[in-house]
Amino acid sequence: MPRQIRQWGPPLLLISPSLIIVGVFVYGLIAINVKTSMTDIHKAAQATGRAPSHFVWFENFANLLGSDAFQHSLKNLLLFTAVFLVGTMVMGFLWAWLLDRPARGEGIFRSVYLFPMAVSFIASGVVWRWLLNSNQGEMASGLNRLFQIVGLDFLQNNWWNNVNVGIAAIALPAIWQLSGYVMALFLAGFRGIPEELREAGRIDGASEWKLYRYVLFPQLSPVALAAIIIIGHMSLKTFDLIMSISKPANYQTKVPAIDMYVFKSSFNYADSAAVGVILLVIVAVLIVPYLVRTARTEKN
Amino acid sequence: MKKPQHLVPDILRMRKRAGPIVALIVALAIVPLALAACGGGTSSDGASSSAKAGGDVEVFTWWAAGSEKLGLDALVGVFKTQHPDYTFVNGAVAGGAGSAAKDLLQSRLQAGDPPDTFQAHAGKELTDYIDAGQIEDISALYDEFKIRDVFPADLLDLLTVDGKIYSVPSNIHRANMVWANPSVLKAAGLDPKATYDSIDAWIPALDAVKAKGKTALSVATTWTQVNLLETVLISDLGTDGYIGLWDGSTDWKGADVTKALGHFEKLMSYTNKDRDGLDWPEATQMIIDGKAAFNVMGDWAVAAFEEQKQVAGKDFIYFPVPGTDGTFDFLADSFTLPVGAKNPDGAKAWLETVSSLEGQTAFNKAKGSIPARTDATPSDFSEYQQTAITSFGKDTIVPSLAHGAASSIAVLNAIADATSKFTTGASDLKTYQSELAAAVAL
Amino acid sequence: MSALTTDDLAAPLGRAVTDRRPRARNRFSVARTLRYLALLFFLLVVLIPVYVLVVTSFKGIGDASPARAWSLPQTWTMVNWRDAWTALAPAIARTVEMVIPAAIISSFLGSMNGFVLSRWRFPGADLVFTLILFGMFIPYQAVMIPLLQLVLGSGLPNGIPSLIVLHVIYGIPITTLIFRNYYQSVPNELIEAARVDGAGMLRTYVSVVLPISIPSFVVVLIWQFTSAWNDFLFAVFFSSSQNGPVTLALNNLANGALLQNYGVSMAGALLASVPTLLVYILLGRYFIGGLMSGSVKG
Repeated sequence: MPRQIRQWGPPLLLISPSLIIVGVFVYGLIAINVKTSMTDIHKAAQATGRAPSHFVWFENFANLLGSDAFQHSLKNLLLFTAVFLVGTMVMGFLWAWLLDRPARGEGIFRSVYLFPMAVSFIASGVVWRWLLNSNQGEMASGLNRLFQIVGLDFLQNNWWNNVNVGIAAIALPAIWQLSGYVMALFLAGFRGIPEELREAGRIDGASEWKLYRYVLFPQLSPVALAAIIIIGHMSLKTFDLIMSISKPANYQTKVPAIDMYVFKSSFNYADSAAVGVILLVIVAVLIVPYLVRTARTEKN
Repeated sequence: MKKPQHLVPDILRMRKRAGPIVALIVALAIVPLALAACGGGTSSDGASSSAKAGGDVEVFTWWAAGSEKLGLDALVGVFKTQHPDYTFVNGAVAGGAGSAAKDLLQSRLQAGDPPDTFQAHAGKELTDYIDAGQIEDISALYDEFKIRDVFPADLLDLLTVDGKIYSVPSNIHRANMVWANPSVLKAAGLDPKATYDSIDAWIPALDAVKAKGKTALSVATTWTQVNLLETVLISDLGTDGYIGLWDGSTDWKGADVTKALGHFEKLMSYTNKDRDGLDWPEATQMIIDGKAAFNVMGDWAVAAFEEQKQVAGKDFIYFPVPGTDGTFDFLADSFTLPVGAKNPDGAKAWLETVSSLEGQTAFNKAKGSIPARTDATPSDFSEYQQTAITSFGKDTIVPSLAHGAASSIAVLNAIADATSKFTTGASDLKTYQSELAAAVAL
Repeated sequence: MSALTTDDLAAPLGRAVTDRRPRARNRFSVARTLRYLALLFFLLVVLIPVYVLVVTSFKGIGDASPARAWSLPQTWTMVNWRDAWTALAPAIARTVEMVIPAAIISSFLGSMNGFVLSRWRFPGADLVFTLILFGMFIPYQAVMIPLLQLVLGSGLPNGIPSLIVLHVIYGIPITTLIFRNYYQSVPNELIEAARVDGAGMLRTYVSVVLPISIPSFVVVLIWQFTSAWNDFLFAVFFSSSQNGPVTLALNNLANGALLQNYGVSMAGALLASVPTLLVYILLGRYFIGGLMSGSVKG
């Protein structure tokens, strides 16, 4: 026993500060949030104790999930996440694939593709608000006007002004901002594949397509999975972008993160916390498969 | 190829080189941290300074740039003269897109770390803070500073909750104004000097502009649509009917309201389709650029016109929303005294400056709004401001919905949500009306 | 894969991005031209919003509006840049002061955690990793009030010190993730060799693992630099405009008046993005090299 403790003691000690920190600042706060979500604190007076509050367990969740408004938000979130994910994965992969072979000025391309991540949403939000202006034809400005200038008139549309699918247009600035990062992940993935593997495939007479399908893609799937998780979780947290381009009240672009904010500003702390918990559960549902897969691959 | 074990000495050799580098990096980390900790503790934390007589007064506003900042600076100048033993600490956090200011303020009050005083819209917006016991009743200060009689009685009534007043108004804006471009009107065959007695009388004019292919009525994102809604409600329900909406005496489900909402729907049909993606200056810009004829907006719009050297009467004209002449749809910025402020005496000194004639004159001259006090000298102010001061003195004063005077934040948010749903076509008039009724019942 | 190749050993040592593949024989092949055309096309597409940003930053009042977004300035003016610089320069200095310690400290913590969770393990290491990783996903909006109370109660000075501590704390999950994945590709033999030489955990970490972690440090430093530099929520809650970072100053500049001055906010945003861009450019080379050394392989 003492020998085992001597073996495990040091690592446990080394990681204990982080454990304590995460315990308090993540799980402690989540616990408080969960507790609030199960009360009926919908007004400011209850929050400071000047009016009574009670435990209502899952009533807030039932009400939220049953309300049209929140369902609309969830639908928007789903659509937004799908477009955002596909957009960044496709663009990021494409750019990484294009840059993988030796290219002159690779540094310039890479820096430009990464640059959007460096620009604060405070300004890029305004620019995209202008770009996504929904006027068409004579009064067009923004991207619609650009399409007219280059002769692609038919591409004009009303962007996020569409009640049903408008949120997909908001994914455009998000894709613009984060494709560069996905590109970096894939580029690293490409370059991490030992050249011997490609050579071996070529020597065996495999076509480029077969090489990609049976050699490169499997090697890249861990990278792709990591990218999906990171982009997915950023999609759930997207808030500042929507606040800059649209406004919290706008029906077209409601998502749970906006609901969380609006509830909070209305002093409805219980519903705000409940939305937070729902988001956490969604996240947990998404990353648990990834972690199970990771744990399994390590055991092998 | 070396075996792994043989790489270890290589690595250890690298370590000797890496040592100084690591030390440098660690130094880079620790030194700024130490400097910041020493610096941060003493100079920059206004809120935790001592509360001796004198001392810092942390004033929390969202006036961080433009004419708002100029107004604040002017007010601070007066504060320094009137109360030289107190030091003004600027706790400004811009609102804007994130509305970070209100979020932070609310959180700080909830967490028990209030600023010494904060800016809020006067009126029902304060309801939540009052109910939560987070701001003090300052009726006594009104007597102490002898300001009970200098504010209009209507205004004080609207600010009084259960016989107590919780804030001191610093400036007044009017929300029920129409701004128009005379050339666009002339081109549509309309007389720029014409007045309209009601929304119904206005509609033919709007049709005339629409027929010429211009936008008849420009509007921007949801809150400006709520602004438009409230002026329609005032026009159709009259001042008493409108006030009744907020004290329960007018039925939101009644036929009067249905008629008003019908007018709102009609007016929205004259507006620009890209409105939800615009902020209010862009709707005003449409008037300046001659792309639209009319725009309903509060009188902060004057600043937009003046900034681009537009001349009142020539390049733009203004008049109260048809059917609301004689009614002053007010909103006011005001300052409060939070419970548990670290320097309550300093905060009271600030409130005294805000309520004083010198303070209000200096502030409003720079900012472009009008003083809440009735004893200001009109000739100190610009032409528009003088007309506004006159109106404020004689018109009936009603609280603005869109700007926090008529209802609490939760009600306003719910009304805004319902309005956005309606104007984007996701709900019909009947649903809209019932959602509004439900919102007010919150 | 039992046989170690020089690739596997060289990778953790941060092999530079030198390409050892055979160069294309025909410099002007159709495929190559098409590739460049595609890259150029995407470059232009990505730069479209940047064009609007730049062009607006040189425009005066009235000119800088959405209706004139595409046109060049009627009169080119530097006044926005001058105003933005005056407003932002002190904040930029403070942000540098905040970001460097935060990035460095959280990287070291991530490195130690990653090492312990992948190479010098203990029972339940995987569970611990999962728990730490989940911290990455906490929705900050929902927990700001209790966090505010926690920080106030701790007596941490408002401003840069609080922000450094908070960025370190909330950087732990992702830095741990990146280092853990990276260390998984370190050959076991290296660790074994040190153990055989009699080194304990700490000595192994300091003498063997730390020196070969440089590429991963660079990756993590860049990520933490960017996220701390662009953070707005923590800046608003835990600092003020006098002692806070550049995002706060930029927000006040852009949104602090009823009448927005678009020209100055664009100039400010571009100014604020320069340090991050510099970090990308200078360290971008190592960035790719570090990632390629296995830090994100599942």
